[in-house]
Amino acid sequence: MIVPMAHILAFSAALFIMGLSCVLARRNLIMILIGVEIMLNAVGLTLVGASALWHSVDGQIFVIFLMAMTSAEVAISLAMVVYLSRRRGTITANDFDGMKG
Amino acid sequence: MATVIFYILGFTALAATAMCITRRNPVHAVIYLVNAFFALALIFYLLGAPLVAAWEIIIYAGAIMVLFLFIIMMLELAPTEELRGPGWLRWGPVVLLGAVLLGCTLLLVVAQPMAGTGDPAYYATPRDFGYALFERYALAVQIVSFQLLFAAVGAYYVGRVERGRR
Repeated sequence: MIVPMAHILAFSAALFIMGLSCVLARRNLIMILIGVEIMLNAVGLTLVGASALWHSVDGQIFVIFLMAMTSAEVAISLAMVVYLSRRRGTITANDFDGMKG
Repeated sequence: MATVIFYILGFTALAATAMCITRRNPVHAVIYLVNAFFALALIFYLLGAPLVAAWEIIIYAGAIMVLFLFIIMMLELAPTEELRGPGWLRWGPVVLLGAVLLGCTLLLVVAQPMAGTGDPAYYATPRDFGYALFERYALAVQIVSFQLLFAAVGAYYVGRVERGRR
């Protein structure tokens, strides 16, 4: 362990909250997805740090599962962005505030 | 030495992420985020996870971010995030919320610092990693492969062009 675990946790928390504020403040659907990516990466950093702290490889394996989940999520959500933009011609989140059954 | 590099890379990643979330042009945001991912991959390597570092570059920077870039270029999005009203009205509450959350988290971390210094550096070789992955988590690997298949089929279904439309 090259640095204290507390510093890794603080760094990861800062990254996570940056991603959260990106999700909350931006109106562009692409930027909201980028915020989700930032948050997932912060979680991965915590997992790798914990794996180094307890000298176990399990945390790194969970990062791999996290990456697979992210790939699936990005594929689906970008397809939905393309679909919505083809339907309405915009990707601003405020324009998609109604549901029609 | 590794400690100094960790802090340099950490501040680089934080700065690149901060630049990313404030850009108005999505292409610039994606480029800054790729920079942040490179810094994060080096941090993973320093923490003893070389395989995860390689996958961070390959999957995140190489595949996911390029997918974002392709979609942005395909939709021909000009930098047209609208600016109704002043910017602080949108960022002010979020910055306040983030400051409170980050402050509480840092207080918790400072109050109970986990002793991790002094240990020898941990290094997971790809061999250990592969044995652990395919022996203990074999079922999970198969479930993840199903998940990726369903995601591919779902993305194709959502993104298809209907016959009457075009």
